[in-house]
Amino acid sequence: MPPKRQVRVGNQWMRAREAQRALEEAFRVAQAEESAHGPQQSFLRKYVFSVDHKWIGIQYGITALVFLMLGFSMMLLMRYQLAWPGQPFHPWIAKFLGQANAPGGVMLPEFYNQLGAMHGTVMVFLAIVPLAVGAFGNYVVPLQIGAPDMAFPKLNMMSYWVYLPGGLLMLSSFLMPGGAANSGWTSYPPLSIIATDGQTVWILGMVLLITSSLLGSINFIVTIFQLRAKGLSFMRMPFFVWAQLITAFLLLLAFPPLEAAAVLQLMDRVAGTSFFMPSGLVVSGTPLTNAGGGNPLLWQHLFWFLAHPEVYVLILPGMGIISEVIANNTRKPLWGYKSLVGAGVFLGFMSFVVWAHHMFLTGMGTAISAFFQTTTMIISIPSVVILTALILSLWGASIRFTVPMMFALAFLPMFGIGGLTGLPLGLAAADIHLHDTYYVIGHFHYVVAPGTIFAMFAGIYYWFPKATGRQLNEFWGKVHFWGSLIAINGVFAPMFLQGLAGVSRRLYDGGAQYAHAKPILHTNVFMSVSAFILLAFQLPFIINFFYSMFKGRRVVSNVWDATTLEWAATTSPPLGHGNFAVAPVVYRGPYEYSVPGHPTDFFPQNEPEDATPPAPATHGGMLPAGAVAQKES
Amino acid sequence: MDAHAHAADDHHEIEIPYTVHPRPDTGVYNGKLGIWLFLASEVMLFGALFSTLILLRTSAPVWLHGWQVLNVPLATLNTFILIGSSVTVVLAWANLRLGNLKKGKIFLLLTLLCGLGFMVIKSIEYGTKFSHHLYPSTNNFYATYYVMTGLHGLHVLGGMVVFAYLLLTADKWYAEKRDQYTNRVEVTGLYWHFVDLVWIFLFPILYLL
Repeated sequence: MPPKRQVRVGNQWMRAREAQRALEEAFRVAQAEESAHGPQQSFLRKYVFSVDHKWIGIQYGITALVFLMLGFSMMLLMRYQLAWPGQPFHPWIAKFLGQANAPGGVMLPEFYNQLGAMHGTVMVFLAIVPLAVGAFGNYVVPLQIGAPDMAFPKLNMMSYWVYLPGGLLMLSSFLMPGGAANSGWTSYPPLSIIATDGQTVWILGMVLLITSSLLGSINFIVTIFQLRAKGLSFMRMPFFVWAQLITAFLLLLAFPPLEAAAVLQLMDRVAGTSFFMPSGLVVSGTPLTNAGGGNPLLWQHLFWFLAHPEVYVLILPGMGIISEVIANNTRKPLWGYKSLVGAGVFLGFMSFVVWAHHMFLTGMGTAISAFFQTTTMIISIPSVVILTALILSLWGASIRFTVPMMFALAFLPMFGIGGLTGLPLGLAAADIHLHDTYYVIGHFHYVVAPGTIFAMFAGIYYWFPKATGRQLNEFWGKVHFWGSLIAINGVFAPMFLQGLAGVSRRLYDGGAQYAHAKPILHTNVFMSVSAFILLAFQLPFIINFFYSMFKGRRVVSNVWDATTLEWAATTSPPLGHGNFAVAPVVYRGPYEYSVPGHPTDFFPQNEPEDATPPAPATHGGMLPAGAVAQKES
Repeated sequence: MDAHAHAADDHHEIEIPYTVHPRPDTGVYNGKLGIWLFLASEVMLFGALFSTLILLRTSAPVWLHGWQVLNVPLATLNTFILIGSSVTVVLAWANLRLGNLKKGKIFLLLTLLCGLGFMVIKSIEYGTKFSHHLYPSTNNFYATYYVMTGLHGLHVLGGMVVFAYLLLTADKWYAEKRDQYTNRVEVTGLYWHFVDLVWIFLFPILYLL
């Protein structure tokens, strides 16, 4: 029986404080060794134009989190206006927004439209995808497959350095005459063609972002196909790697049509073509002079051909993270790994043939609608399979309620709500009533916010010790979790009620001038207050994030007693650019937890059958890979 | 592509497996898989443009016929030039594989010149159209014509830049890393075939139908 307030490090019990000191010391030694023998790199090569997938992942992560906060702030401005239409902002905010956008501190409708379009664009293309794919994919995938780096490190660097200018360009459009893009994140023509110049900048920004994800997706697929460690067959890959692989294929094949569409829209705007402009348009009483003959629906088809797979780009990496966290914290194999993989691949295929369910109200005809509502119902099956497998994985487990696990557990019902509320939207008859209402907003925000973003948080809390060697504070993590969970439901749940009551989205005053919206309008205040509470509960996370990066509790390499390669075969944080001192060999599947007869409750992928844990070597001066530090109560 | 080159100079960095030689179970080296994936995305890009053309054309009350308004003889000549360049690029690769650097370089140069010839003829076509005040904004026939041939032209230009780079670095690379250099020519050749193939579709659809 171990004494109280002691921790186990390797096979030894020691006092928590001593263990910390020992770990710090071990890390210092390892670091000194690395800097003495490792390659000497210039500051620029190491931190700015790095070709190391780990550092690029961190670059992506920090940048995407900043964009996430920016997108959130735009939403807060909008929510203020929705709850209290016409009320002036606090003078400081009013001053920041400027007289052109908010004269007298009251937001102009034009500015509201800019915020709406940019909130969507920033969140989808600059925050979530770069965080899910650029950050987690980049950092974790090569480690999990036992690769020294991505297949094309220079290309990887370029992906980031195309993404960042694309994002900055997108933001700079606020400085254009007439402000940023204001035709919604979907940029439907003809409105987007006659919109102010911010739209042109939006298109150019999109072209850069598309290029970035194209380079990234090629890199991911080649890396996963070519650089898997010896013994790591496809059915031994962690589900996270599968999720990233499917995501990369979606990005690779779905983004180019949007690139084509962006080029066509650019031509319509700057060269006077009429790809999306029908004949005989009259704008503000003046007939347009362009040749006409174009088709606005063509844009919608091209846009949604990307944007529906994009929905799965947003959710699949999240599901991957959740799978890792659940397997690790239930201490047993995932239920139905094969079904998960099969469902994921099927989901990827199907996501290419559902796009027009966004267009039921365009009058494309009942036959086409029937086809797309059928495919939409079919695609819900693999999503249900994945969610069911994850829920069943909890059955009979003695769950460790760590912070990442709490986010993962919350993900399940939250994504469930998001997914199930999508079914009425996929049926043409129900969609007639719900289309373009707040119900839609509620639906996809449940998928992306308490769904994907919670998965991202789970990933951050889970892999933070991998990236920094330190753990985020548990208490403040739990504060962050509970506050966020409650507040985020306060923001999005009333949207279903508003939408069912027929309140349209994209209304500057939140529906104040519509009689049918009156009975439900009071929920606007509740939602906005919840949004501000949600902001307040992000503060512990932000402070915890930066504090723990430098001062957090130092932990052993495999802090969660995990089985996958990123923990098992390398130190935390991995030192230098090589990832693995010796190329790892994989002997078994990814989730061999609680294997009967095995001395510990986890059996790392790279541990030979007959070896007695903890396995030696491959850790460059750090404590053994199998070492554990656990608080004993 | 040149990730490895620089990584190697950069004070002995890490070694990425299968950069040059194929991985046994997948049968390809990294660059080759990469270029096939890139081409898959290009199929989607041009696929979207071809779909646009079909949709606009089928819904248009009147649509110009390419053989009445575009210069078919010049485009035919261009077709043969591009097909010829696809042959020369294969010959370049084959000669480099066989160890014949000099011949390989000649065929690379010929490929580059074919690309140049294609672009010159294309710009003559464009120039004539502009001089007749026929712009992308004239109608949707010209809009699709300019956008699709223009985007294809950019791809030709991109290929030419790579061929020029390959020619300039040929001696050094061939001496130091022959397999890797030959792979680069192969991968660029795959891209070049694709650009050729796009034109094989563009020519009848825009000029002949």
